Amino acid sequence: MTYLIGLIPALPLLGFLILALAGKLLPKKAVAFIGVGSVSLSALITIYVGWHYLSDLKEGNDITATIYTWVSAGTFTADISFVLDSLSLVFCFVITFVGALIHLYSVEFMRHEDGFSRYFAYMNLFVGSMLILVLAGNLLLLYFGWEGVGLCSYLLISFWYKVPEFGYAGRKAFIVTRIGDTAMLIGLFLLFVSFGTMDIKELMQGVADKWNQGSPLAVISALLLLGGAIGKSAQLPLQTWLPDAMAGPSPVSALIHAATMVTAGVYLIARTHVLFSLSPLVMHIVAIIGALTLLLAGFSALAQTDLKRVLAYSTISQIGYMFLAMGIGAWSAAIFHFMIHAFFKALLFLSGGAVIHLLNDEHDIFKMGGLRKKMPVVFITFLIGGASLSALPLITAGFYSKDQILWFGWSAVGSTPWLWLAGIIGALVTSIYTFRLIFITFFGETGPEPEHKAGAFINIPIITLAVLSLAGGFIEMPENMAPVQVFSGFLHKIFPAISLADEAHSELIFQFLSAVVSLTGIWIAFRFFNRESAFGSSFRNSRLNNFFLAGWGFDRIYDVLFVKPVVWLSQIDQKDIIDLIYKYIAAGTTFFHLLISKTQNGKLRWYALAFSVGIVLLLAFMILL
Amino acid sequence: MVTVSMEIQILVASLLFVIGLVGFLVRRNIIFMLMSIEIMLNSAALVFIIAGSHWMQADGQVMFIFILAVSAAEVSVGLALILQMYHHFKTLDADALNKLRDEKTKPNQ
Amino acid sequence: MILVLLILILMAGGLLAWLAGRSNPLLARLISLGVIIINLILTLVLYLSQEKSVGQRWMVEFSRNWIPRAGIGIHLALDGISLLMLLLTFLIGIMAVLVSWKEINKNTGFFHFNILWILAGITGVFLSIDLFLFYFFWEVMLIPMYFLIGIWGHENRIYASYKFFLFTQASGLLMFLAILGLYLVHGKETGSYTFDYQQLIGTKMSPTIEFLLMAGFLAAFLVKLPAFPFHNWLPDAHTEAPTAGSVILASLMLKTGAYGLLRFAVPLFPDASAVFAPAGMVLGIAGILYGAKLAFAQTDLKRLVAYTSVSHMGFVILGVYAFNEIAYQGVVMQMIAHGISTGALFIIVGQLYERLHTRDLERMGGLWKEMPAMGAMGLIFSMASLGLPGLINFVAEFLTLLGTFKVSILFAIIASLGLIASAIYSLRIMQKVFFGSKNDGVNSKDLTLREAVVLGILVAAVFIPGIFPQPIIKTARPAIMKIVNERDNINVTGARVPGNSAHRASVTVANLPEDNIPGVAKYPYSDLKPASIDLNKKL
Repeated sequence: MTYLIGLIPALPLLGFLILALAGKLLPKKAVAFIGVGSVSLSALITIYVGWHYLSDLKEGNDITATIYTWVSAGTFTADISFVLDSLSLVFCFVITFVGALIHLYSVEFMRHEDGFSRYFAYMNLFVGSMLILVLAGNLLLLYFGWEGVGLCSYLLISFWYKVPEFGYAGRKAFIVTRIGDTAMLIGLFLLFVSFGTMDIKELMQGVADKWNQGSPLAVISALLLLGGAIGKSAQLPLQTWLPDAMAGPSPVSALIHAATMVTAGVYLIARTHVLFSLSPLVMHIVAIIGALTLLLAGFSALAQTDLKRVLAYSTISQIGYMFLAMGIGAWSAAIFHFMIHAFFKALLFLSGGAVIHLLNDEHDIFKMGGLRKKMPVVFITFLIGGASLSALPLITAGFYSKDQILWFGWSAVGSTPWLWLAGIIGALVTSIYTFRLIFITFFGETGPEPEHKAGAFINIPIITLAVLSLAGGFIEMPENMAPVQVFSGFLHKIFPAISLADEAHSELIFQFLSAVVSLTGIWIAFRFFNRESAFGSSFRNSRLNNFFLAGWGFDRIYDVLFVKPVVWLSQIDQKDIIDLIYKYIAAGTTFFHLLISKTQNGKLRWYALAFSVGIVLLLAFMILL
Repeated sequence: MVTVSMEIQILVASLLFVIGLVGFLVRRNIIFMLMSIEIMLNSAALVFIIAGSHWMQADGQVMFIFILAVSAAEVSVGLALILQMYHHFKTLDADALNKLRDEKTKPNQ
Repeated sequence: MILVLLILILMAGGLLAWLAGRSNPLLARLISLGVIIINLILTLVLYLSQEKSVGQRWMVEFSRNWIPRAGIGIHLALDGISLLMLLLTFLIGIMAVLVSWKEINKNTGFFHFNILWILAGITGVFLSIDLFLFYFFWEVMLIPMYFLIGIWGHENRIYASYKFFLFTQASGLLMFLAILGLYLVHGKETGSYTFDYQQLIGTKMSPTIEFLLMAGFLAAFLVKLPAFPFHNWLPDAHTEAPTAGSVILASLMLKTGAYGLLRFAVPLFPDASAVFAPAGMVLGIAGILYGAKLAFAQTDLKRLVAYTSVSHMGFVILGVYAFNEIAYQGVVMQMIAHGISTGALFIIVGQLYERLHTRDLERMGGLWKEMPAMGAMGLIFSMASLGLPGLINFVAEFLTLLGTFKVSILFAIIASLGLIASAIYSLRIMQKVFFGSKNDGVNSKDLTLREAVVLGILVAAVFIPGIFPQPIIKTARPAIMKIVNERDNINVTGARVPGNSAHRASVTVANLPEDNIPGVAKYPYSDLKPASIDLNKKL
């Protein structure tokens, strides 16, 4: 069993190796088979291992597989060791299962593209790295996976490398996340120097033993790890890379920038939650960052005209919900929302990608319309995804996951009503922008004709994800509806239960409020943001709209504060000012050389004069002294 | 015999030497420079004679003959070189022989 | 004896190659290649037999009298660090010869003579533990490299070769003065005048003298490394040298400076090193950041890669002055990592130059389409340059930063900014060269078999130790422990003026406001395993 866990990341990595070395030589079918097959095989193994794990759940054994010692220098040791517990099992399941579906979708989506094997090689490398990240037993191996997914994100965003803007977007993603990664690395150093180990279990135990509530070292290490998390998860203030990352192919956006890589930050915080819980200050910061991000991104999504950018901002916003949940101590709620979000966001990207693909790469939603009759399957699935995102009451999984967060936002001990308010406003905005997107893209009478129909490889994944977006929520029902709490029960060994302050108010009121908000949003979108509406078009031309469109101006701020100064700083000194010192030394030497060489004029009499003067001086010297 | 004090004798010799030296430094014609060298050599020889007469030994006279022989050899070689120089440079100006200078300096400084 | 053989084979091979080159250039290349391969095999034999010498100071030692009156002997010795450096030397030497196969066509024999004598000098530097002999080989490295740059280099080669020569020679002479000074000081103290390293360790000196002598050594090593204000020879030398010259310069000669620091400057002058340490770390950080900044701004690809060398070697200086085992392991690994990855980047630049006849980034672009294999190699080595985990550079930089963090948090944090900077310039290389759309209508061919083999071996060399760094760490461990322990021993016995508390005054973890629970002992490092895990306890 232990080495089966090692197989889970190893299979996609093996797929990567084969495709990287020999991909160009293999026929497309073989490439697709290896690419999709490796991830699917991993998914099957995950399910198998998971089933075994679930059946042993009562005994509470996590499976640890130590492959070998990676680095051991001085007092520092880090092994290649994988740990499977409930948290990593959930993530593995999502990564491999949703990943396999997305790989399947890619076969058709990328069929006519150059670099078919390169694409699958990168995707496999990504899945492998992400699995290493979530299965890692020590923080250094986690960092290994962390950087690996960053690399693949860069490579896949700039996949169509011929367009310089895509390359720029890839670089932006890599560098912004690297800033977070460096903060995380420093946090790793701090933790190692304090505890002498990188092993996560030992660290968390040590943290719990040694550091008190609110100890400065705990605050600092948690903040540093948080830095890494907000970089990867595109939260405030490092959120600017994600909208531009939409330059990559849609399946890439689905896998990396919706379901998995951007949730790595969530995973990190959840994994080290012992450390975070030690510091109420940091928890507040996490929650506030989550709240602010969800609002900022939600409003930005309202103004976007590129289909994928709406979804990108939506992702940032939904991860904000996860951060909010974690910040108030609702750990399993956050992970539950992660899983459901993975389903519906991947669905949205895949079906949205199908729209774009079938319309010959048209991204602007105002150039679309009336598509609901022309591509019915895509429409229905997109509608389901959107409904889940908007948390349409009772029937969508999104309702259950988001509602749980909102309820805890009101009632948890670590929360304030402001956080709940942010959440509920965010839910309203979510509903508005989602259905704005749906109405403009799919409704209306006129619109472009799709080039061809979507094939099975596209339809199967999106239908599967649609089903999950509806049914996935039923494993974790609110307590007042049904006694089904499979998910949090599954995770309860890892996370402490959340303590509620406000038992008096019934959860029902808040559920009702969420439902109302969600439906109101749909109505507002229909009434005010529809293609024809006057409000919509005047809003589109307003300053506020442009402010939202530009992501609240963060790109411009960073450009002025960081990008331009750094570029300017490099370029004024291109020739290296220190070189001047040596140039001056050389010039001085040459000058003196010229001066003295005047005495070497080749004339005999001059030299004789020099002799005589010298002799006279010498004699005088000798006589006088 | 009239005895002259040694200082005067050495003074005469050094005077001769200075005349020769100045002549060497001032004259541009190479033949005159050669002649000045002769004068310097002779003044040195004179010092030997003076010393010989002072110490009452014949060595001074012997050295004088040496110097005479050496200067004769040297003059013949020098004149041969001067002939070559005239052949090449068509002039007897000593300052024309300045090709061994640093090439960054100009001639006629 | 095998140690002397290593050097002599190279020298003899060089002479042979020169002679052979007169009639047949191919023969010269083959002789050159063969000689270095022989040396690599000999070194591998030494590597495989390192178990036999566990516990000894040196794995292999060779000692003969040379000029007994002056205390000079031919004293060569091999330990873990030198062994790793020799492996690197011969591997890169083979790559350099292979790379210049088609590139160098005139005076081929003399070219290979120069390469082999440079390698001989480098080998001698890594093996000598007699200071006079060390200086001798230091100078032997110099002249052939000057010829290499000056004869077979690019447009501005004369300027570059002069600059390289003057910088290195001048600093070398300062080192020679310091060597003589040490010789005299030791002689006055103990009555025995000797240049032998093992006898010179532990010389009692007054702090001023010690600092001045160390400064002399540092002059040579800091220029060679190159450290921040003395780095200016490097961009010109690297850019104007032929590919093989750049590879040997970057991969090997820079390491001799680092090796000198580890072997001589730090152990011979422990207290002065401690006094200098903060300044050393600052120089390191300045190198990292300034080198990265300059790299980003260049338009000449080769110059860009040269500045990345400055940046990477900054980590080395940083680690050397951290004085702990973790940092030293990082330093040794960084020497190897940088040698391989930067050497490979120079090789790629050379291959591009052979095809495009330009090094100007503005004229490149979109090359992935026609040369995907080269693009992939470029990607791998750019990722190595920025320290991607899974490649050896990451392990090196991580260990170095961790070791530095243990002694100075502030410096480690600033140095970590170098990671962001390296991402910026490495991605710029990829974008400008391989991505984007094509500029000229020049058709270029992808890698030939020879080029692919060279780069493939280097990919393996950068990838395998990234996943399995332990063999390197184990080999270097005894030597590093000696260096670290000698410092601690000397301080403990109090035989020297205690001076190394100087740089500990900076912020360390110990100074931070700790929450000491009274009565409870501090959590010890790694020795004790924690009790059974119960995460729900304190929450």
